[in-house]
Parts: sequence; structure tokens; C-alpha cells
Amino acid sequence: MPAKTKMQSLPAPPDWRGVASHPEFKALMAAKVRFVVPATVFFMVYYFALPVLVGYAPGLMNRQIIGPVNLAYLFALSQFFMVGIVAWLYMRAAARFDRMAQSVLKQVKGDQIQ
Amino acid sequence: MFLVFIAITLVITGWAARQSSGASAFFAAGRRITGWQNGVAVAGDYMSAASFLGIAGIIAFQGYDGFMYSVGFLVAYLTVLLIVAEPLRNAGKFTMADILAYRLSPRPVRAMAALSTLTVSTFYMIAQMVGAGTLVALLLKGSGITYNAAVAMVGILMVAYVVFGGMLATTWVQIVKAVLLIAGTCLLSVLVLAHFHFSLAEFFSAVTQVKDGAKVVNFLTPGLRYKPPYGALDLVSLGLALVLGTAGLPHILVRFYTVPDAKTARISVAWAMGIIGVFYIMTTFLGFGAATILGKAFIGKNGGINMSAPLLARALGGDIFFAFISSIAFATILAVVAGLTISASTSFAHDVYENVIHHARPKDGRPQSAKQTVLVARITACVVGAVSIAIAIILGPTFNVAFLVGLAFAVAASANLPVILMSIFWRRFTTQGAVTGLATGLISSLALIIISPSIMGIDGPAVAAAARHLIQAKALFPLENPGIVSIPLGFLGAFIGTLASRVSEDSAPKFTQFEVRANTGLGSEEALAQ
Repeated sequence: MPAKTKMQSLPAPPDWRGVASHPEFKALMAAKVRFVVPATVFFMVYYFALPVLVGYAPGLMNRQIIGPVNLAYLFALSQFFMVGIVAWLYMRAAARFDRMAQSVLKQVKGDQIQ
Repeated sequence: MFLVFIAITLVITGWAARQSSGASAFFAAGRRITGWQNGVAVAGDYMSAASFLGIAGIIAFQGYDGFMYSVGFLVAYLTVLLIVAEPLRNAGKFTMADILAYRLSPRPVRAMAALSTLTVSTFYMIAQMVGAGTLVALLLKGSGITYNAAVAMVGILMVAYVVFGGMLATTWVQIVKAVLLIAGTCLLSVLVLAHFHFSLAEFFSAVTQVKDGAKVVNFLTPGLRYKPPYGALDLVSLGLALVLGTAGLPHILVRFYTVPDAKTARISVAWAMGIIGVFYIMTTFLGFGAATILGKAFIGKNGGINMSAPLLARALGGDIFFAFISSIAFATILAVVAGLTISASTSFAHDVYENVIHHARPKDGRPQSAKQTVLVARITACVVGAVSIAIAIILGPTFNVAFLVGLAFAVAASANLPVILMSIFWRRFTTQGAVTGLATGLISSLALIIISPSIMGIDGPAVAAAARHLIQAKALFPLENPGIVSIPLGFLGAFIGTLASRVSEDSAPKFTQFEVRANTGLGSEEALAQ
């Protein structure tokens, strides 16, 4: 990115455009979308399946699966594990996003000093 | 027991009062709270009396449908974690409105956002105060302390925390309370299991054969609360409000400003989710335990639906354990009310006073203004305290508190969430869009609540005065939960408002700036030096 000589004086305003047009920033945004959009769609569908099935397919949900425990309760319980897994996957992905963001910021700052 | 908690929290407040000076310290605890601390505090803010007393009560009375609240309350955190927490921390300063004002014209947006913040906080606060009232009425029966005196005491204590200690004291009060609440809930769950000889099979077979008067009911059957023809829609509507509402709750959102950076904000959400998840799984034992061991009739006679958990504690652990659980419930109310008060007063001082009335520009650099803002916040806290004491005394113990909170979520999901999402993701989003979105969400959810069966209904002459519907007419809207209509309306309002208005010239570069800041943390508010 071309350095902006104006920004040398302290405190320099951050070079927003420089960061935004950096290819690694674009890659970061794309990576975030690739994770967050499918993850959100998945947990929304999985969650709303519960009230929808409970409301509109009560016969199915009342079927007893383990002893007296019915499918409705087990499905509700499974939501807790679903939340745990999605959250864990996101925490892992977010650590990667952090590294990408740091790398972009470092490079843009490097360009400014030159 | 309860006095010990008050003493500890007042010591914390005194300590925090010496620590905090300046706006950033008062409103955001100097942004020096660590990840796990904030996580526990978020959990503390969230696991309100509504969860502890209300959900246990709904499960005890209506079985499975109550557990739907537990699930929704937790799943909601995925929305917070994946979408809202990090951009909010990076782009904002003290309140939810900051993230909107970053790109849009600050004054109208802040004024509307503050209005909806105050509305949501009030709903939530009413729920907590009603919980406090019923609890005290039961706990201190015969000791001479009236409901009104107890409510006034809660109000004064909470104002003391906020006025003197600011965010730092509030945070530590939340942490102490969250730890107590989890400990109490675990203990109570173990006692319930012990009652069934630590056999889950025995526990669940008892749950399927709960005596309700002369009938035997399977409490795992869905639909005991939400009955046809509209029950299924009501459940979906409730789910929408819970999952989308949490990310619009002002007292949860302000917590993410207390940490040094977005990464810590994320870690704190993960901590909160762990604690909240464990807690809500245990509501199974509290609620179904109360249903099987005590039964509906007994709870109804001895304090009502909100008292299920404390009564269960008395049945299983005697009077001392009852006092312990009741103190925890009381501490919970105190802490959540303090959290609500600080978010309401922050919003008023920072959004309305500093940025709307005084119209401070970011680089004005007036040294006076920060001090004044904190002063205004302290005064607001006193006013909010007085108003909520008054409302709690007027209302008295009538509604189920989990249900009241459900309505607060519906307002938050309809008014706040659409505009938060659009300001994060939509380049073209405009000021008019934000204002119309906030307004339609707020007005439609409130209007639908007013014409819903929870306010409107025809009672026979046998119904007691306290339990009567406020408007004696047939409900115009069939659902108890307005979310399924009002949330789309909120989105639609923001969408149409945006398309109907012209995009200002600096909109595109501002969005670029926002996008960079939200995703990298470049230029975001830093923690105070030690």
C-alpha cells in the first residue's frame, strides 16, 4: 500500500482505507463470513426445529426413547451440547481470525513507516 | 446469612469507590476486568431471579414448556458470541448506542436507542422487583418487615452500589452472586437426586407421573403451558424473542466494554456460556423436583409459582437451607437490579445527556464534561431506583417473573437487535433506517403485549383482584409472546426507513472505517493504565 506522508505526525489517525483494501483484510473478512454464516444458519435451524417439532409433531416428540424419557426432552437436552460444540469451534476459528487481523495491522503499519 | 452478603457487597462498593474516578472507570470499570471475571459477571447479570425463581416455577407448574425457556436462554449466547460481542467491543465506548452512532448521525439514533434501553431495563426491573416482593413476603412472614419496606431496602442498596461503586462494584457484586447461585443450585440439585436415591430412572419416571389434583400428568409432555390452537406459534415466538433478544439486552451488552479488548470479550462470553449452560441444565432438577416432591397444590398455597425453588429447599434441607437459598435468590435480585440500573443510567448519561443535550463532539476535549456525565449517571441511578421501588410497590406479586422477562427479551429483540445487525453488516444503512427500526420494533412489541392475552381477558367474578386481567375485554392478539410479529416488523422498519432515505456522502468511508475497526480492533477504546 502506498504510504501517506501526512500520517507521519503523531498521533496519526489510523489508515482505515489502507487496511480495508489490503488483500489480507479481504481474506480475513471472507474467512469470517465462511465460518459465521453457516454456523449461524446451522444453530438457528437446529434450535427452531425444537419448538416447531414440539408444536407441530407432538406425537413424534412424545415417543419415549430411554425408559420414560421422551424425544422432546432429549432433543432439548441435545441443544446444550450443540451450543457447546458450536462455541468451541468458533473459539478455535476466532483465534485464527485474531492472527490474521494482527498480521494485517502489522503490514499496514510497516508500509506507513517506509 | 443474607446480612453477610450485604456486608461483603458493601465492602466491595467501598473499595470500588476509592478505585474509580473518571468516566471510563465509572462506566466500564477502567476496561481492566479479565476474561473469566467478566464471564462470571455476565452469567451473574443473566441468571436473574427470573431464571432461578421463574423457570423453576414454570417447570414445576407446567412441566416441559418451562424447560423451553432454559434452552432458549442458552442458545441465545451463540448470537452474542458469533455476531455481536466483538464488533461491539471494538467499535463502541460505553453503550449499545455507540455502535449505531459510529456510522450514523448520533443525536436521533442515540435518543431512540436510549429510549428503548430504558424500556427494556424497566420491564426487566419490574420482573426482578416482583420476584423480590414475593420472596420477602414468604421469607419474613410474621417478622414485622412488610413487602413495601423490603422493596425499599432492595432499591436503596442497589442505588448505593451503583452511585458509589460504579461498574467496578457492580461487576464484583455480580461475581460473588453468580458463584453463590451456582453453589446453591448445585446443592439443591444434589438433594433432589438424593431424594430419588441418585437414580435418574427413578427421577424421570416420577416426572412422568405427577399428581395434578385428581389427575396424573406426564410432565415431560410438551404443550401444558402453550396449548392449541396457538400454542405452537407461541413457542416459536418465544424462541425468537429469546434467541435474538439477548444480543439486544443493554445490561448484557455494556458488560463487554469492561474488558481490555475484543479477544477478552470473546473469552468472557465463552466463560459465561459454560456457567449458564450448567445452571440451565440444573433447572431440570429444580423445576421437576418441585413438581414431583412438592406438587402444584402445595406450592400454590405456600407462596405461589415463583416460590417453587425456595420451597423445595425447605422440604429437602430444612429451614437453614431454605434461608440460604432464599438469601441467594435475594442476592440475585439485588445484583441484577444493580446491573440494570447501571446500564440504564449509563445510557441516559452517555447517550442522552452527553451526546444529545450537550452534543459533545468527539474531539471537543472538555475536561468538565466527563465529570458531569458521571454526576448525571449517579443522579439517574437515584431516580431509576426511586421509580422502580414505586412500580414494584404498586404492582405487587402477580405475574410469573420468567414470563415478564420474556417480554423484555421480545422488546429487545424487536427494537435493538435489527438495528445492531444492520449497522454491523449493511453498508447502505442510514440514520432514518435506524430510527424507524428502533421505533417500529419498540412500538409494535409494546402494542402487541398490551392487546395480548396477558393483559387482555375476561375474568369471571370468582377471580381474585390481584390475578385479574388489566383490560377486561377479549384479547385482540392471540399470542402471549409478540416476537414472531414484532421482530420482523423491527427489521422491516429499519429496511424501509433505509431505502426511503438518501445515503449521505460520508456513509461509505465511515462504513469502511467501522468494518476495519470492528474486525481488527484498530483504534478501539483502550484499557486504563494501572
